[in-house]
Amino acid sequence: MKLTDKQIEILEILEKNSARIPVEDIAKMAELSIEETAQALDTLEELKVLVRYSSVIDWSKVDGHEGVTAMIDVKVAPKRGVGFDEVANRIYRFKEVRSVYLMSGAYDLSVIIEGRSMNEVARFVSEKLSTLDSVLSTTTHFILKKYKHDGTIFEQNEDDKRIVVSP
Amino acid sequence: MSQTKTYLSKTIEGMKPSGIRRFFDLAAGMEGVISLGVGEPDFVTPWSVREAAILSLEEGYTSYTANAGLLDLREAIAGYMEKSFQAAYSAEKEIIVTVGASQALDLALRAILDPGDEVIVIEPSFVSYVPLVVLAGGVPVQVQAQKELGFKIQPEQLEKAITGRTKAIMLCSPNNPTGTMLNKRELEHIASIAEKYDLLVLSDEIYAELAYEGEYTSFASINEMRKRTILISGFSKGFAMTGWRLGFVCAPEQISQAMLKIHQYAMMCAPTMAQFAALEALKTGRTDVEEMKKSYRRRRNYFVQSLNEIGLSCHVPGGAFYAFPSVESTGLSSEEFAEKLLLEEKVAVVPGNIFGASGEGHVRCSYATSMEQLQEAVKRIGRFLERSRKA
Repeated sequence: MKLTDKQIEILEILEKNSARIPVEDIAKMAELSIEETAQALDTLEELKVLVRYSSVIDWSKVDGHEGVTAMIDVKVAPKRGVGFDEVANRIYRFKEVRSVYLMSGAYDLSVIIEGRSMNEVARFVSEKLSTLDSVLSTTTHFILKKYKHDGTIFEQNEDDKRIVVSP
Repeated sequence: MSQTKTYLSKTIEGMKPSGIRRFFDLAAGMEGVISLGVGEPDFVTPWSVREAAILSLEEGYTSYTANAGLLDLREAIAGYMEKSFQAAYSAEKEIIVTVGASQALDLALRAILDPGDEVIVIEPSFVSYVPLVVLAGGVPVQVQAQKELGFKIQPEQLEKAITGRTKAIMLCSPNNPTGTMLNKRELEHIASIAEKYDLLVLSDEIYAELAYEGEYTSFASINEMRKRTILISGFSKGFAMTGWRLGFVCAPEQISQAMLKIHQYAMMCAPTMAQFAALEALKTGRTDVEEMKKSYRRRRNYFVQSLNEIGLSCHVPGGAFYAFPSVESTGLSSEEFAEKLLLEEKVAVVPGNIFGASGEGHVRCSYATSMEQLQEAVKRIGRFLERSRKA
């Protein structure tokens, strides 16, 4: 899919700023009119290039919502005709599953699961995931601490260290 | 009563402290200030560059370097200047690594001026030019770039200021504080004057990496100008390395060697770890520079358009990270505007008059701060203007 320079500019602005940035401000930054910007956003949404306006939340700070995240290496037996897609599809439909990637290397699918507790994740792996026909084996890694997530560093001292007025 | 004796030189006693100082003192004590008064990037130096400096310390590179700087770094600078700015200089003989572009300015002026020699300074200008000329024993001759012409100096203005004692013209494009950038044709006009009157040009190209409109032209790349140019640049602005204090100066051998004499006695060499950092910046920092430039450009677009919308007329600056709007519509002087805005709305800007007479009626706003801060600053300035219109 070939996008225009301005469409790419808008995507970069969205990616680097808060999802709440007003359309008028995006328009100014990209040197477009508000109408042109709104139209470009519509187009990008229709094309599913701009999939969702999301927020990065550090749930570990919120009492009762800390949860656990696990990355699971899954080895599967691909099926004739549909390869890995069918089994991936069976996996990503579970709402506990946050991401599914097909990997090169030692295993086939990387599955990221979020649950309220280790028990919950463990139950999901043993009851739902490993019982799927094509799943040969699973290796579960629990995430202990998130330092950086989707380009955002969680615990960073963001203070402006510059002096207030300088030549 | 007898006057208290001072031990100070007359030159220093006669020198005014920078007008920026007063605003710094005023703003520094306040809480919740949004500062548009900062003349430096809001990015921290790219990690790969910081890491290279740390590595150099771990490996024990803590001694002096050659006076002119690490040869590897000078070679990298030579390659960079030729590739990016079509300005070819010999790493061995024509490039000196300095403690910021500021020291390079000082070296250049001290190397070329005899007492009483005149240097043309185009205002509004960076606050150091005039004092540095004076310290070097020269006489600054200020000419005023006019706001009606987007602060672009006209060749006739320069010509009028030239006397038998004129030695050099100081040039800064993109400009601090106006953000104005001169295109190739405009630089050629200045070049022909330099040629006609046999002058040197001190070209301060510290903002060269931050040029948003059209092609950036280095003064040294203009036909026949290399021999008349002292090209001053550095890593502070483009590579977000202000605190490292690392700049460089390129000039024909005779001038470079004269500057090197002063440098070796007065400074010895630039800090070694900063030189290693700069070397890494030239090797791997290009993509970071491009990213930062894109980000400044977007913020410039947002901020300048917003200022015009709320009623502060502002030309679109071609480079650097400053907007230089007129505040004349408020009936306030630059200083009054800046002071009231700071006290009433806690937004720090720098009054234009401290950059020279033609800066009066303007304020310098740096848009090198986060979008959130800029959005809030626009709100606050808008509110301030509303009130001052009613008053």
